[in-house]
Amino acid sequence: MLKKCTVCHGPAVQTSGLRLDNSADALRGGYSGAAIAPGNPAASKVVQLAEAGKMPPAGAKLTAAEIAVLRAWIAGGAKYPAAPAAGAAKVAAKSTHWALQPVRKPAEPLVKKTDWARTAIDRFVLARLEKEGIAPSAEAERATLLRRVSLDLTGLPPTPAELAEFLADTGEGAYERVVDRLLQSPHYGEKWARHWLDLARYADSDGYEKDSPRPWAWRYRHYVIGAFNRDLGFDRFTVEQLAGDLLPDAGPEQRAAVGFYRNSLTNREGGVDTEEFRIAQVKDRTNTVGTAWLGLSVGCAECHDHKYDPISQRDYYSLFAFFNPLMDHDVEAPLAGELGPWLEARPGYEASRQAMFASYGGPELMKEWREKLLRVADQPGNNDALQFAWKYVGNLTNGLQPVLRLEESQRPREQQEQLVDYFIERASDVFEKEELEKRNWKSLQKEWAALRNGMPKITMAQSVRESFTPRKTHILMRGDFRSPGVEVQRATPASLPPLQGEPNRLNLARWLVSRENPLTARVTVNRVWQEYFGKGLSLTSEDFGARGERPTHPELLDWLAADFMENGWRFKRLHKMIAMSSVYRQSSKVRQDLKEKDPDNHLLARQTRLRLQAEAIRDAALSVSGLLAPAVGGPGVRPPQPKGVTELSYANSVKWPESKGAEKYRRGLYIFFQRTVPYPQLMTFDAPDAVLACSRRQRSATPLQALNLLNDPVFLEASQALGVRLLREERGSFEERMKLAFRLCLNREPKAKEVAMLRGHFERQAGLLRANGEEAAYLHPQSVDGATAEEGGAWTVMARVLLNLDEFLHRE
Amino acid sequence: MNATRRSFLKRCAGGVWAAALADRLAAEGMMPRQPHFPAKAKNVIFMFMEGGPSQLDLFDPKPGLAKYAGQPLPKEFIKFYESKLAFAQPDAGVLPSPRTFKPWGQCGTEMADWISHTAARADDICLIRSMHTDAFNHHPGQLLLFSGSMQFGRPSVGAWVTYGLGSESQDLPGFVVLASGRGTSGGVTNWTNGFLPSLYQGTVFRSSGDPILYLSNPGKLSRETQRVTLDALKDMNEQHMEDTGELDIASRISSYELAFRMQMAAPGLLDFSKETAATREAYGIDDKTTKPFGTNCLLARRMVERGVRFVLLADASWDDHTELNKKLKENCDRTDKPVGALLKDLKERGLLDSTLVVWCGEFGRTPMVEHRLGRDPEKGGRDHHPFAYSLWMAGGGIKGGQVVGKTDEFCMRAVEDPIHVNDLQATILHCLGFEHTRLTYRHLGRDFRLTDIHGHVVKKLLA
Repeated sequence: MLKKCTVCHGPAVQTSGLRLDNSADALRGGYSGAAIAPGNPAASKVVQLAEAGKMPPAGAKLTAAEIAVLRAWIAGGAKYPAAPAAGAAKVAAKSTHWALQPVRKPAEPLVKKTDWARTAIDRFVLARLEKEGIAPSAEAERATLLRRVSLDLTGLPPTPAELAEFLADTGEGAYERVVDRLLQSPHYGEKWARHWLDLARYADSDGYEKDSPRPWAWRYRHYVIGAFNRDLGFDRFTVEQLAGDLLPDAGPEQRAAVGFYRNSLTNREGGVDTEEFRIAQVKDRTNTVGTAWLGLSVGCAECHDHKYDPISQRDYYSLFAFFNPLMDHDVEAPLAGELGPWLEARPGYEASRQAMFASYGGPELMKEWREKLLRVADQPGNNDALQFAWKYVGNLTNGLQPVLRLEESQRPREQQEQLVDYFIERASDVFEKEELEKRNWKSLQKEWAALRNGMPKITMAQSVRESFTPRKTHILMRGDFRSPGVEVQRATPASLPPLQGEPNRLNLARWLVSRENPLTARVTVNRVWQEYFGKGLSLTSEDFGARGERPTHPELLDWLAADFMENGWRFKRLHKMIAMSSVYRQSSKVRQDLKEKDPDNHLLARQTRLRLQAEAIRDAALSVSGLLAPAVGGPGVRPPQPKGVTELSYANSVKWPESKGAEKYRRGLYIFFQRTVPYPQLMTFDAPDAVLACSRRQRSATPLQALNLLNDPVFLEASQALGVRLLREERGSFEERMKLAFRLCLNREPKAKEVAMLRGHFERQAGLLRANGEEAAYLHPQSVDGATAEEGGAWTVMARVLLNLDEFLHRE
Repeated sequence: MNATRRSFLKRCAGGVWAAALADRLAAEGMMPRQPHFPAKAKNVIFMFMEGGPSQLDLFDPKPGLAKYAGQPLPKEFIKFYESKLAFAQPDAGVLPSPRTFKPWGQCGTEMADWISHTAARADDICLIRSMHTDAFNHHPGQLLLFSGSMQFGRPSVGAWVTYGLGSESQDLPGFVVLASGRGTSGGVTNWTNGFLPSLYQGTVFRSSGDPILYLSNPGKLSRETQRVTLDALKDMNEQHMEDTGELDIASRISSYELAFRMQMAAPGLLDFSKETAATREAYGIDDKTTKPFGTNCLLARRMVERGVRFVLLADASWDDHTELNKKLKENCDRTDKPVGALLKDLKERGLLDSTLVVWCGEFGRTPMVEHRLGRDPEKGGRDHHPFAYSLWMAGGGIKGGQVVGKTDEFCMRAVEDPIHVNDLQATILHCLGFEHTRLTYRHLGRDFRLTDIHGHVVKKLLA
């Protein structure tokens, strides 16, 4: 009778978590709950669905006779034959997939060319090359190497002085000294923070229709940059971001670190169901942890068991359950120097707040406000205005709706203050104008703003906390928040090693970075690798599941992962090992002999020429022209952009107050990321849209990139500044000046051919400008002693050419 | 030609370089590609009326509502709303439409008085009254409409089409976005390339400043100077390709050439001086009310003529929660005349057969009133309604002059031929020659498609 069911609900497959071929599983039911109610056929879901013709969904339906038998069997207690099928209880089969096997540290292989192999990395790569009979490439020229390692470690090209120093230093260890210097540079933290921010889907605005700015989002970025510069172990980095708020010694950094969660999009659209988008955030957090740490597309199991990987829908919601209780919590997270004055002013400030609030009858009115809102929250009636007022508390604040439900004495201090501030600002949502005028509310609002502005500034952070009351988690059928299935408890996926201790967020974070976890270290070192060689040892750095690419060098990947874990999960050590390796130092020149043997360079017999990322292109142009403002950390900036960009935001609501002075020239990672209308240059050069975790960026070449580099005033300004710099810093011949230009932009000497070619264009350009003084003045607005306007203008054009060269956009 | 380039081309033995370039272009999707089967439509003009135009006041007459005016819906209808409504109360009073409907064309399709120019093309239009979607809110609804799923990160329909068919145009982008009104909820997600290569992202033509960002030379930089820059770049990039043997550099070289061609072609595209006075009048180019949308409609035709594959016209906003009568009229006044002109113009130029035209929002509106601004009937509006709404299609592969689908007496649900958004997408792809289950892209180990795991081609819509 059940034959028609067990194809999908049997030993091989358990769709929706339901298995019907043995008593224990069948009576336990599936994700949506019980399927069989023994003794009560009418209440049994199997009967209901069969009678409605909904199950089986395809193929022959149950006949009337079969349904009658089914009903009779259930009425009789749904008794299964005495001897259940062997292994009736479902045991998750041990996966044989490579990425889920424990990480062991393989022995380094023996190689023939022992003098070439400087590091373990080299031995693994070389052993494979020798097996294939391929010789590695020669070391890159020193200038190329310096440009490469500078861009890879700091995202900035070397200066001519750094180049000269390195070329002059022919002693033992010169290159190592460069690597050490770069790792100590604060720009290292900026470069490598950016890669992490891609995964953390970092942005400065909410996303969705309203896309409101997030004035304190940058505090999380600031934390990440600092963590990389301090070389915080990735294990601790993980714990701080996922459970910093739960650490017994949580300080401002840890409370800012959990801002990781707050990078989820927030939908403040007027008519949203708050619960729907709260759930969307929890899913986003679950999926992001899945991608960033586990390299698994766990999100596929949101609606059904994963089709390829051993992640059931139950696993998904068990993981989801760790994040389900998270609530927004904005907290003070002072930077150095801020706390002292702030603390000193606090007692007076608090007293003034209370006195001022009381003098306007605030406390009584707020009590009434709360009662009205909670009444409408619990019993929605026909009072539209109050309904909206309650919705606004949910939509316009960060997590204050549940705070309002607490008695005042139970509210966290910051949130109580935020709530009073909100109430004073929005009292008119609930009270009539006359009522507020009677109390002189406008004057309170004015005095209140002045009082707040008088407090010493303190930096805030978007943090999180556990909900005030426990929250149950249910499997959501088809991922729909309106269709809860059975309740689940917090647990890690059954196919991975078990979690140690209480199943809480802190232990989840520790589990992710435990030595037993087969994925985190592999996934992490693979991502670092991909930034050095253009692709990971496993190409699909976002997907270590069954459908991902198998690693080209599985043993090397494991060795690196094991070594990373054994040495405190330190990134700088890993960077140094890669940068010092002979594999990394090879020339990237195309080799004819490899074209057939290894066209995609999987075996690493040469380095790879890589296009710089969006931010690095901006940074390089600003840096070589001398415009770059090198300040590290802090709030975001808004460089000039055409007006038409924000016009496309929802109802033209996005504001873009241009940054002034040096702020205009900050590095690309500080550009305010407005999700619905992002800064064009970033998007044109393949920066991620900060909606989902991005594990690897594309590297495209499009006409829009050409237009951007040629015509964006930011880049023209860089050309003008570079032109002036060349005129000022090199007073010699055309050739000498062009040499400086090459050293600045390409970090190498020009070839005679190149100088000759450019001289032709230079002269043609100077001729054009002689006839067009207006254009010359436009191209060269700053006069330089000893240079005519046409000469200056022609140098601006030469600078523009260099900043657009394919070679400038790459590291080789 | 200078010495370097000559030696380079010589070395490349009669056009190996050109072949390499062609390979790159093909690989990058800049060349036209064949669909799965021969099809009529080659281009798409997708008119997105953001916010949810009211089907009850434009396309789906319900004279029977009059007798319920101000009364709650019967209980069995209210129940559909029990789960969710964006703003209004489920038991709010019924709001009959004050619009006049009449049959149009030979086919006699009924449409409202405010869209008479569109309605005059009734014999070319296939009106669907039985659309339904899953989303109650704008951004999720737009995600579903454009990318087939309410999850983020998927490519939009324009990106899929350009990915599938490549580009005919060698001096314009394959997928262009023309915006009018105030900016949509979905913003870039409505024309994102998602996980497809960046090349398939929609390029926005802007109404103020440069039509394409950074299309014009900066300030007083002359065309001659731009040419010197490009010549120098070409020489240097070719030299470097020769030195390194990196054929990828050919992509960069061609991208600069295409950029220059765009700079040259765009002014011609935007120059309406060769259009007749009659055309300008028809599109309403010289009338303040119709100018913005009319300009976009005319541009859409001119782009299709030049081989642009997918033109998205995004118009905002039709989200009339309040003052429905006033705002809907304004929207119709702004857009109806240009829409009618576009359909007529395409037909007269023989372009309608090869151009699929879609007019739609992300959902419809409720039969009940929403009173956000008090009880004054003129201040009333309608809330979001996903269970039944209308849209229309015309042109390439579509059977015009018909109405498909029916809603119940309150326009609460589609009762005949319900068509889901994913079905619409499957049908759009079909019109372009694609089997929607086979136009896929591997991402995260899975072959993704526009229609997610759903969608059926709606045969009734097809010619």
